[in-house]
Amino acid sequence: MTNKSITRRGVLKSGAVTGAGLFLPTIFTASSAAAYTNEPTGGSVTLGFNVPQTGPYAEEGNDELLAQQLAVEHLNGEGDGGCLNTFTSKVLKGNGILGKKVEFVTGDTQTKSDAARASAKSMIEKDGAIMINGGSSSGVAVAVQGLCQEAGVIFMAGLTHANDTTGKDKKANGFRHFFNAYMSGAALAPVLAAEMGNERRAYHLTADYNWGWTQEESIVASTEALGWETVNTVKTPLASTDFSSYITPVLNSGADVLVLNHYGGNMVNSLTNAIQFGLLDKVANGKDFKIVVPLYSELMAAGAGENIKGVLGSMNWNWQLQDEGTKAFVKSFGEKYGKPPSNSAQTCYAQVLLYADACERAGTFNPCGVVEALEDFEFDGLGNGPTWYRGADHQCFKDVLVVRGNENPTNAYDTLEIVEITPRAQVEYDPEHPMFKGGSLGECNPGA
Amino acid sequence: MDAILLQILNGLDKGSAYALIALGLTLIFGTLGVVNFAHGALFMIGAFCAVTLQKLMNLSFETIDESQTDFLGNPLKVETPYVEAWFGPETGATIIDWSVPLAILFAIPIMLAVGYVMERGLIKHFYKRPHADQILVTFGLAIVLQEIVKYFFGANPIQTPAPDALSGSIDLGTMIGFDPNAIIYPIWRLVYFGFAVAIIGAVFSFLQFTTFGMVVRAGMADRETVGLLGINIDRRFTIMFGIAAAVAGLAGVMYGPLNPPNYHMGMDFLVLSFVVVVVGGMGSLPGAVLAGFLLGILESFASTTWATTTIPGINQIIIYLVAIIVLLTRPRGLMGRKGVMEE
Repeated sequence: MTNKSITRRGVLKSGAVTGAGLFLPTIFTASSAAAYTNEPTGGSVTLGFNVPQTGPYAEEGNDELLAQQLAVEHLNGEGDGGCLNTFTSKVLKGNGILGKKVEFVTGDTQTKSDAARASAKSMIEKDGAIMINGGSSSGVAVAVQGLCQEAGVIFMAGLTHANDTTGKDKKANGFRHFFNAYMSGAALAPVLAAEMGNERRAYHLTADYNWGWTQEESIVASTEALGWETVNTVKTPLASTDFSSYITPVLNSGADVLVLNHYGGNMVNSLTNAIQFGLLDKVANGKDFKIVVPLYSELMAAGAGENIKGVLGSMNWNWQLQDEGTKAFVKSFGEKYGKPPSNSAQTCYAQVLLYADACERAGTFNPCGVVEALEDFEFDGLGNGPTWYRGADHQCFKDVLVVRGNENPTNAYDTLEIVEITPRAQVEYDPEHPMFKGGSLGECNPGA
Repeated sequence: MDAILLQILNGLDKGSAYALIALGLTLIFGTLGVVNFAHGALFMIGAFCAVTLQKLMNLSFETIDESQTDFLGNPLKVETPYVEAWFGPETGATIIDWSVPLAILFAIPIMLAVGYVMERGLIKHFYKRPHADQILVTFGLAIVLQEIVKYFFGANPIQTPAPDALSGSIDLGTMIGFDPNAIIYPIWRLVYFGFAVAIIGAVFSFLQFTTFGMVVRAGMADRETVGLLGINIDRRFTIMFGIAAAVAGLAGVMYGPLNPPNYHMGMDFLVLSFVVVVVGGMGSLPGAVLAGFLLGILESFASTTWATTTIPGINQIIIYLVAIIVLLTRPRGLMGRKGVMEE
């Protein structure tokens, strides 16, 4: 009689060897069959929505998330279809993407680059997300765009306004529907000239980080081209909460225009402080003093309250536009959520539809096919009129809005009024423009 | 000269908030020996007392106005505050307009209660624990409190404007012999400074001229001996915690019109206020007030164009630079006493 004792260690060893033996062919099968990262194999495809769900931009992120959920509903044939009815490309039929039901997972960027990369990585690696969409910061967009390029998935940026996103940091797998700082300057300049004249002296307060610098550079260039003089450009720490000590030097600087290159809480506080110090009641150089906030959002406008009355700025899109795409989206969003969408929500909604449409036209989820379908794609019906996704830098070109804080709002949502719809041609620029030079798209990466 | 005066005023204004928060921090540290990292959250809760009162006063009933439409083209729902319906449009609007000053009355009992509950419910269990444990638990509490506020009020800043009569700015320059428009200053910022001076004066008077205050000061100097005299010093210290919470809360209520409250505002002030306490001297109430105003003024001057062009980035480091210099030259801070936080 043999005495073969069974030990725990022995069982574990045998199990591990057997398991590895059985699993090995599967690994090879999977890797050899997958032509690109997270190729969908079942009846569904998963999109990753990476937005700030906590932190100072949580409300903006929440609005983006609502819009993206709405886009998924429309892609799956639920709801009223929204912009599927107005989009000039007619390949989306409300049966998902390439016949696969659209599902989504969400991540929290916290408006921090490292957290945003971690959540995007998790959605790609653990949840099998085929693309990443959304976000509310240029720093985050550049960081996640780099990650998606390495991972071999498509990145559709949300609210990112720095020139660098489609300038020196552009990537083949990344696309930006939102406008940028150069476009803000190009759109605002003629309105500033018409309303304030060509002999103005501007004082800039600028948030001391990449987005602030590129916006300052863009606005200085466009206003100096008008004949304006730049009196001073002062960088303010991002963590500033009170701007009184930055505002008071403006009073006696000889400037007659204050440009606030601030966003979010910075913008709300610096504008509030500027109004407190009576800048808009002041007369300098024989002219009424003016304030300009080059980048507006509806949520920040609400935060600034009455202080924005009469203050000019620019936007990517606004729910008050009267084109058919805008009306369809506002109706869908408004009826579902009881409020009009913000411009970052609109961008995120449009990006989901554009990605789905590109997959349908390419006949594949392969990122390289999607890139090819999106490059130099011309469309209409998603808001802002005829739109072009330029192949050279993956920047979207469409009309840009110049808006003003509404003097007499009739409800909680019309805090901004549209002053001018600047035609697309006026905000276009050469891909090799000095503000965008450096970096290259590189090759699309399908991953896997 | 006018630019210098403006920066001094700005500094006094910033210093008012620093001094009020640091005063409360020092009161708690001096009495209970607790390093309270949740003190910034108390400042934030105070500001949200004003937000809450403003929302309560704006509670409205809806009527349908067929002549106007909303963003979807449906008949517009017009909201009328109950206050305006009860007291008439003009009186009602005036009451709403004065919601921030009225919030002082609203905030005092709330902040006293919050302070009492915080001390009895959590912090008292950490009296005999190391300072590191106290910092961790109070910092955790601060995060919990701000997340609760964010849950109910959202992440966006909420405007709590000053009453119309105290909005806008005045020409201070003409009052002191300068040219017109040389020194224009917002009225509410002057109100805030005056309010801070009044609160600081009230706290010092309370401690100096009342029996209760005398016992508290005695307890701060020698808790054991006061206890041996049969005085329940713990109860008095708990009340002092409530008073410190109320001081931070009132600083927050009045700060709202300067910069719209958001859930994170407490954290923005927390680290700076600790620096103020350390520079002033741990446990020294006059030191906290002095350092608050001093650092506020220095921070203001460091933000001027001249300073930032001469030494780039000085505006971001000035407070910490001063803290290093003070601690190197006067390790106990400007007015610190021997034996406080020392073995």
